[in-house]
Amino acid sequence: MSIDTERQQSGAEVTAPPVPSLVRAELPTWAPWAVLGGSFVVIGALLAATGGFSIGMLVVASAVVYAVATYVLSRVVEGGRKAADRLVTIVVTLAFLIALAPLVSVVVTVVGNGLARFDVEFFNSSMRGVIGAGGGGYHAIVGTLIITALAAVMSIPVGLLTAVYLVEYGKGRLARAITFFVDVMTGIPSIVAGLFAFALFALFFGPGVRLGFAGSVALSVLMIPVVVRATEEMLKIVPNELREAAFALGTPKWRTIMKVVIPTSIAGIASGVTLAIARVIGETAPLLIVAGLTTGLNFNPFEGRMATLPVFAYTSYAAPGVPREPYLDRAWTAALVLIIIVLVLNLVARLIARLFAPKTR
Amino acid sequence: MTTTTEKVIAKAPPKPVLQLGDRIFAGSAKGAGILILVVLAGVAAFLIAQAMPAIVASPADLPGGKTLVAYIAPLVFGTILAALIALLIATPLAVAVALFITHYAPRRLAQGLGYLIDLLAAVPSIVYGLWGVAVLAPATLGLSTWLNTYLGWLPFFAGPVSVTGRTMLVVGVTLAVMILPIITAVAREVFLQTPKLHEEAALALGATRWEMIRMAVLPFGRSGIISGAMLGLGRALGETMAVAIILSASGAVTFNLISSDNPSTIAGNIALQFPDSTGLAVNTLIASGLVLFVITLLVNALARYIINRRREFSGAN
Amino acid sequence: MKTVRHGARARIAAVGIAASGALLIAGCGASNESAPAGDAGGSAAPSVSGTIAGAGASSQQAAQEAWIATFTGQNADANITYDPSGSGAGRTQFLGGGVAFAGSDAYLKPEEVTQANTRCKSDVVEVPAYVSPIAIIYNIAGVSNLQLAPATIAQIFDRKITKWNDPAIAADNPGVTLPDLAITPVNRSDKSGTTQNFADYLKTAAGTSWPYDVSDSWPVQGGEAAQGTSGVVGAVKAGNGAIGYADESQARDLGQAKVKVGSEYVGPTPEAAAAVLEASPRVEGQGPSVFAYKLARDTSASGTYPVVLVSYLLACSKYPDAPTADLVKAYLNYVVSSDGQSVAADKAGAAPLSDSLRSQITPAINAIAAGS
Repeated sequence: MSIDTERQQSGAEVTAPPVPSLVRAELPTWAPWAVLGGSFVVIGALLAATGGFSIGMLVVASAVVYAVATYVLSRVVEGGRKAADRLVTIVVTLAFLIALAPLVSVVVTVVGNGLARFDVEFFNSSMRGVIGAGGGGYHAIVGTLIITALAAVMSIPVGLLTAVYLVEYGKGRLARAITFFVDVMTGIPSIVAGLFAFALFALFFGPGVRLGFAGSVALSVLMIPVVVRATEEMLKIVPNELREAAFALGTPKWRTIMKVVIPTSIAGIASGVTLAIARVIGETAPLLIVAGLTTGLNFNPFEGRMATLPVFAYTSYAAPGVPREPYLDRAWTAALVLIIIVLVLNLVARLIARLFAPKTR
Repeated sequence: MTTTTEKVIAKAPPKPVLQLGDRIFAGSAKGAGILILVVLAGVAAFLIAQAMPAIVASPADLPGGKTLVAYIAPLVFGTILAALIALLIATPLAVAVALFITHYAPRRLAQGLGYLIDLLAAVPSIVYGLWGVAVLAPATLGLSTWLNTYLGWLPFFAGPVSVTGRTMLVVGVTLAVMILPIITAVAREVFLQTPKLHEEAALALGATRWEMIRMAVLPFGRSGIISGAMLGLGRALGETMAVAIILSASGAVTFNLISSDNPSTIAGNIALQFPDSTGLAVNTLIASGLVLFVITLLVNALARYIINRRREFSGAN
Repeated sequence: MKTVRHGARARIAAVGIAASGALLIAGCGASNESAPAGDAGGSAAPSVSGTIAGAGASSQQAAQEAWIATFTGQNADANITYDPSGSGAGRTQFLGGGVAFAGSDAYLKPEEVTQANTRCKSDVVEVPAYVSPIAIIYNIAGVSNLQLAPATIAQIFDRKITKWNDPAIAADNPGVTLPDLAITPVNRSDKSGTTQNFADYLKTAAGTSWPYDVSDSWPVQGGEAAQGTSGVVGAVKAGNGAIGYADESQARDLGQAKVKVGSEYVGPTPEAAAAVLEASPRVEGQGPSVFAYKLARDTSASGTYPVVLVSYLLACSKYPDAPTADLVKAYLNYVVSSDGQSVAADKAGAAPLSDSLRSQITPAINAIAAGS
């Protein structure tokens, strides 16, 4: 009823034909684009006139004006609810674009600086016997892959099983304690994890111990809580109906978990695990303490120091020789390779998720 | 493998089963949980044992000749300040991004876009550090000057403006970028799990997309958002290398976000001071690590409390 | 049914790909690490073999890389690693017996010498290995030839002088137009030997203008702080009006101030830095093989540049087994040799040790042997 009166009032001004009461006026599909273009032109002209023209200002101001103008226009023509909807659409889209900005910037920076040494030599040579230019990060790539893989092998089963325990079995004090302390574990600073792993291994092997495996242990301490938290969240949102259906068919609980609960949430779990790996693969501080640095290749995580990409990149950046450029170039290329490795891992995780997930829709 | 499941389901006797497999599975799940407790107890024991000498030492022997509390307090302030800035920026952005990916972006693009955001998590923290110094810090110089000129009456922007841009604000923004994908990933998965029936019911009643999201998606995802934010907060509190590289840490306690005089953070300070420390200085640093541990403990306890309170309102079962 | 089969096969394929990827990595060595055929080194000295690890000062990292690369090039069976974990960590590891040798930006304190002698079950060997001038770097648009007196430097870094056109600075720079620009002093935010050596210089040379104690953390609050040499260089490069201190070799594209020594202004050259070590007295009473130097920061000798970092190598004079002892001896001998010093000068910007200094310290290195 109120809609009708409002409509008649606004209609009276433009003497439009009366609209059917159940259908609201709508902005034509080209209207938002026109507003967008309009804001750009107006702001551009304004900035040019005041002399403060810069691309950044133009984009930011236009976006604000576009949002406000669309809201006002829509409110006048379509009413408050539609206007709010349009405003939120714009805000959400803008938020996404804002989130992309640093990504683009980081990728441009890393690729721009890293391509200089992104060559065959970087992938097939180590730094042994190399001074100044040349050499590569093969030893560091191998070290990173081995240490991270070992950390993942230790963390993923423990993390997954713990999450399963918390969601499917856990009742009472133990479960509450585990939940709480997993939360606490997410807050262990990476360097403290490194110190812990070092203290642990120093107990058994003496104070000079530097092992790739010790690095894996430090990374596991950091990785397990992330795996647990991500997996727990994903297992929780598996509808209980699915579990009950499986139980009703007489399926034992563990098979229900293995065949129903985990497959249903595998996409989320895979993405969580990948994030966890991404979280630890770039860790510098703990590896600097427990895995050390070497210039040569080492395939054995249980014997001697192991170079890793982040440590390699960090020391190349922090203590370059003369001239600086080859060292800095190698640092950026190591960073680029690190990102690419995580990218590939991400792809694999998605592939796994797609292959193992049940077809639901 | 699916076929065997079908067979098992079909052949399973209609009586309650407590198989050996069940017991093994439950046992190993419980064992994994206990293992985590053991590891954590190990870490805590190590921290306490190593921090003890600093706690009992006389103030004159500690670095700077101050009491332990006076040494750690500014670091705690800096840690919380940096993490709060990051959380304030990242959480709304992450929720919006997750909504965009799940409910606004065209279906075909959605997965690819989510993947793009995950890429942010793929960037190692040291790269963020280098990027923060090389790109972000110089880029904020204009903004800092503008904030100082027009909002200088706020204590946050009192200035004097840093000439290099290596400020608390830049650290906060960098940390926000680092935790954004973590919060987004959790929020996205939760939003995707919103019962389709709830969404369709809302739309069928004539709700606009935003109203549907507000009434069906957000209440359902609230605990997920909080949980994601806490995961992010954990990373922001403990972030080491990026803070160490970017921040111009001079030990002041100030809310001033744009000057070169900033409090350091606990993790950043450990990274900066540890390599050249010996004896009691190391114990002091580990004591500060213990404090960080306790802070995270409190934050997480609070988050759990919120989530548990909210649980009854959410649509999850 | 069909989709299920397809899924299973794809899973197997995925596992296969992952496995073959792992094999691929494990299968091949680095192209530059092919096993040497026979005696690759042309050196006259008998080839040494074995593996030793060192750790310590990150300031030595670039030099150590260069030394290790050349040394292992001459002795293909030797394997040496150096962990740039920091002077403090290096000393701790050395004292704990974790590494065979260590690098340290500060010489051992008397109580550490005692600990080291206990750890070695013999006299500790401490020799200067890496001498590097610390440049006072600045970034002022339009000013390229800055000269500063020690007291002025101290007041700038103590934030007592806050503008570049301050009369005190103008007095050191006759005829130079200095801008009305705020000074941003940049210091290290991490503990470092560079800070310690720089503060030691200020304390000694500037006297009352520098009222702080010498330590490896920066004493003045409120300035711009940056991590590591790279961080300081980056911050000075980024900020107009900034001034900082960093290894000379790492900041050659920035303005480097000349420092007043006696009555002349001296730039940070390797020769001038080496001359200071020459003019400095040895710290007495530490032990027969400890060559630590109390640097003459307040020297007025012509052609010396007193803002230097001297980084030491620590080793034992007795090792339990002969191969380790031989390898440590050979490596340390190489490091202080004129060859080793010129490699470090070339690749890490170090100031070479003088011949007379070398002749003093080589006997201590040559005394390294097996036994207990």
